Amino acid sequence: MKRIYFDHSATTPVDREVADLMLEYMTDKYGNPSSVHSFGRETRKAIEEAREKVAALINASPNEIFFTSGGTEGDNLAIKGVAYANRKKGNHIITTQIEHHAVLHTCEYLEKQGFTVTYLPVDEHAMVRMEDLKNAITDKTILISVMFANNEVGTIQPIKEIGQLAKEKGIYFHTDAVQVAGNYPIDVKELNIDLLTLSGHKFYASKGIGALYIRRGVKIEEIQHGGGHERNMRAGTENVPGIVGLGKAAEIAKRDMEKKVTYIQGLRDKLIAGVMEKIPHVKLNGHPECRMPGNANFSFLYIEGESLLLNLDLKGIAASSGSACTSGSLDPSHVLLAMGLTHEVAHGSLRVSLGRGNTEEDINYFLEVVPEIVERLRSMSPLYGSAAEFKPSNPCTHCHHQ
Amino acid sequence: MYTEKVMDHFTNPRNVGEIKNASGVGEVGNAKCGDIMRIYLQVDNDIITDVKFKTFGCGAAIATSSMVTEMVKGKTLDEALEISNQAVAEALGGLPPAKMHCSNLAADALHEAIKDYIAKKGK
Repeated sequence: MKRIYFDHSATTPVDREVADLMLEYMTDKYGNPSSVHSFGRETRKAIEEAREKVAALINASPNEIFFTSGGTEGDNLAIKGVAYANRKKGNHIITTQIEHHAVLHTCEYLEKQGFTVTYLPVDEHAMVRMEDLKNAITDKTILISVMFANNEVGTIQPIKEIGQLAKEKGIYFHTDAVQVAGNYPIDVKELNIDLLTLSGHKFYASKGIGALYIRRGVKIEEIQHGGGHERNMRAGTENVPGIVGLGKAAEIAKRDMEKKVTYIQGLRDKLIAGVMEKIPHVKLNGHPECRMPGNANFSFLYIEGESLLLNLDLKGIAASSGSACTSGSLDPSHVLLAMGLTHEVAHGSLRVSLGRGNTEEDINYFLEVVPEIVERLRSMSPLYGSAAEFKPSNPCTHCHHQ
Repeated sequence: MYTEKVMDHFTNPRNVGEIKNASGVGEVGNAKCGDIMRIYLQVDNDIITDVKFKTFGCGAAIATSSMVTEMVKGKTLDEALEISNQAVAEALGGLPPAKMHCSNLAADALHEAIKDYIAKKGK
């Protein structure tokens, strides 16, 4: 059966060129970069070359790049690190309700440590309102952490304005750019970003490697203690294969950025137009224009996301859903709820995230199979059609939803 | 994560639909949970002669709805009332623990339909 991968926001395949290079640094060039002998010097050199490539991807300086194990570690280091180092100045952090759990749970942890956190709401397109941000700032605010683009609905935030405001107020600005780095242009200087998290496996490097950009001069404390790796900022023997792979992926991403963005956005637009034209009662979630090139997120009214996902999988299509049933919790995605979607609508959501390996043929196949799946599920849904008038609406005794 | 039997009932659900002028209709769940199940019964001489369902929900919700309709057809009302959510899950070869909570309400819907039938009959 034909298999189509539409879940690039979850992870991407490792680029063959990246994998080949990683293999070389696992088998032939295996020295510990902290060793003084030639084996060690060889890998140290490779790490520094990778640092230059990652820095170039976001217009930073190599000494502003610190390798981490991925996005979650980068977010933890940025937020806790700035919070701990600036505690004397203030204890207030501003973030949003739609962040990844790596940010939200880190902030919740800091609240237990005596920090206060404002979780900004978003509008119906998942966009932060600058007015809300301005109003939330106090003289105790030390950090603003707003994601560059949302991982579920793809909305790109007004990063430049946020960075400018933070700069004017003397507040550090961190952005979780895990979905963006390598997939969309970033210039940390132009955007006034102080700290930026990126993750390799979202742009064709391997899982388990990422980086945190820390602008020179930012006051930050390390959270992992051990040897003096990464200039004391991230202890632990470097993941050399991961790092050289990240460097190679960054190099490829920068080289192909314009072409890749144009290509993927073209496919995405065709997919969105096709779904909206062929299927009634569909809502496009996220911002109509300010969204990641590869992201499409729909709510198919009257059906539930997991059922849709399973049916798509049976047809060979891999996508993702914000429905509760796929996450193991009872509530659907916190992002969709924060955007004001009702539970019913949020339960029927589907995220389609495209990558450079997708083709027009993939889109055509998706547009061929999805309408019949949706129709079939709706035909058995008590919420759809004439039966929708029947409303005994018993409260659920299992999860106490009224 | 689902058994073959669950996937079989999910992909080929039995007895989907409505019964016009049904003897009893029962609905449980809540759209907030992501699961709503509605069961229609045709009852003749205290025997369930026909049963249909409509479900809004995940794979487990659809499979359990389908399974309960198969289990109940031809049974007396008393026998049907003895079918539990646990029994439906077991008949499917088990469900993931997380799915036992909100997605396996099929027997509850059946019991509601029987209650509806009894209430209507009493009028």
